[in-house]
Amino acid sequence: MDIAIKVDHLAYTYPGVDDTPGVRVFEDLSLTVDEGSFVAILGGNGCGKSTLAKHFNSILLPCGGKVHVFGMDTMDEEKLLTIRKTTGMVFQNPDNQIVANVVEEDVAFGPENLGISSAEIRRRVDLALKQVGMYEYREHAPHLLSGGQKQRIAIAGIIAMQPRCIVLDEPTAMLDPRGRREVMETIERLNQEKGITVILITHHMDEAAKAQRVIVLNKGSIAADGTPREVFSQVELLHSIGLAAPETVELCWKLNQLGADLPLDRLSPEECAQTLFEHWKV
Amino acid sequence: MLKDITLGQYFPGNSVIHRLDPRTKLVMLVVYIVALFLASGPASYGLMLAFLLTCIGVSGVPGKAFLRGMKPLVFILIFTGILNLFFTQGETVLVSFWIITITLEGVVRSVYMMARILMLIAGTFLLTYTTSPIALTDGLESLLNPLKKIKVPVHELAMMMCIALRFIPTLIEETDKIMSAQKARGADFETGKLMDRVRALVPILVPLFISAFRRADELATAMECRCYHGGDGRTKMKLLRYKRRDFCAYGIGILLLLAVILLTRFGL
Repeated sequence: MDIAIKVDHLAYTYPGVDDTPGVRVFEDLSLTVDEGSFVAILGGNGCGKSTLAKHFNSILLPCGGKVHVFGMDTMDEEKLLTIRKTTGMVFQNPDNQIVANVVEEDVAFGPENLGISSAEIRRRVDLALKQVGMYEYREHAPHLLSGGQKQRIAIAGIIAMQPRCIVLDEPTAMLDPRGRREVMETIERLNQEKGITVILITHHMDEAAKAQRVIVLNKGSIAADGTPREVFSQVELLHSIGLAAPETVELCWKLNQLGADLPLDRLSPEECAQTLFEHWKV
Repeated sequence: MLKDITLGQYFPGNSVIHRLDPRTKLVMLVVYIVALFLASGPASYGLMLAFLLTCIGVSGVPGKAFLRGMKPLVFILIFTGILNLFFTQGETVLVSFWIITITLEGVVRSVYMMARILMLIAGTFLLTYTTSPIALTDGLESLLNPLKKIKVPVHELAMMMCIALRFIPTLIEETDKIMSAQKARGADFETGKLMDRVRALVPILVPLFISAFRRADELATAMECRCYHGGDGRTKMKLLRYKRRDFCAYGIGILLLLAVILLTRFGL
């Protein structure tokens, strides 16, 4: 399997203004993401999640170390457009990433920048809108849509560039539960059906639980890395860096504190209920 | 209160006028304005009015929309009318007392001037009512394209216009929210002297500007992420193409201009 993103001893410091010293975010961070995988990155506020994401498509450049995206060095200016085309990025606030005042024009914005022929843009825009289930809204004005719909338009705008990897920086933070579900379903479908590598930055544990791999960042370094079951069972570690495990794991953990002996890798409510049932039946 | 701004309001429709190429409509508006300023007699004004009313009729845009749009301009209209009424020199004096003299020429002139302004505005409204902002921007960009040769940043201007249009509703919504927040904390926007009311707007403008700058920053990053690198090598999904109806429209425009020139020649 190919490596989608390879971060090699990354160091990054935000430049300070005037005399104030810069803020150091990473000193020595290394990680790799396999192509086609679904990785969730977790961490408290200010742990460097968004900063890391911005390194994946040359918005920020490393102060030390290297970041490779599908074998391309992000420092290589000649490959800039190819890198950004290959790794699309979706941000938190859907309002601030929609450029045009008609849905389909906005989705066309990315492909238009790539200099693709009109007929091909049309085809890609229609396909992208169908993939996120927003085709019937193609002639609407974005400001009249709901948050979840706007965020799906933003995702369509990225997939119309046909990227191999999508980085989503807290895409559901400003959405209501229904919008969150719509967006999460879209993301999972893109990963499973299209084989697009998905890197999801989030602080919702239940969203991270849907990923194949969870990486927990704390103060610019990796605190935990593994499958959701492996990571979330380390409840004490998560608590020590200000995070909580999914509610089902929290429940089992609290029961364990009271003397029960439950496994800490039950992520869905059904699994958890089954475990509790079997535990007390015996 | 901010909801009723009619700036760039578009009435979706499928009339011939809606379907015309935005470039045609822009050029036609210029031709129309030139003809309007050339017109000088009842016949030429009558012709222009007939042309305008036909276009409005064909477009299917409700006449009320035009009237509503005119409202803010009533003052300018009356001002122009009065100015022309009192300050036109003429021979046939109708009323004369103290220093005021109203002549027949003055009455005629002020009526013509008001008619000219009204028709000018109605024509511009017809363009914005029947053309979506994005089509208008595209048309403008395409028409101004030759100016690129003398280093006019045509693409950048069009992009700015497009983004401005996109963010008007967002910023209006935001202003409403900030106003509600300030009202909830006891701010008063409706009473007091003019200066007090102006001063009360400061706590709205400051957060609005800060948030607009933050939005601009995020939007710029998002645009970079979507490979935006200026107008070079950029293609369009919807290409502007002249159709038969556009050539017909240009023909009508030339005929209108010629007719007005001829009519004014004979003083009509």
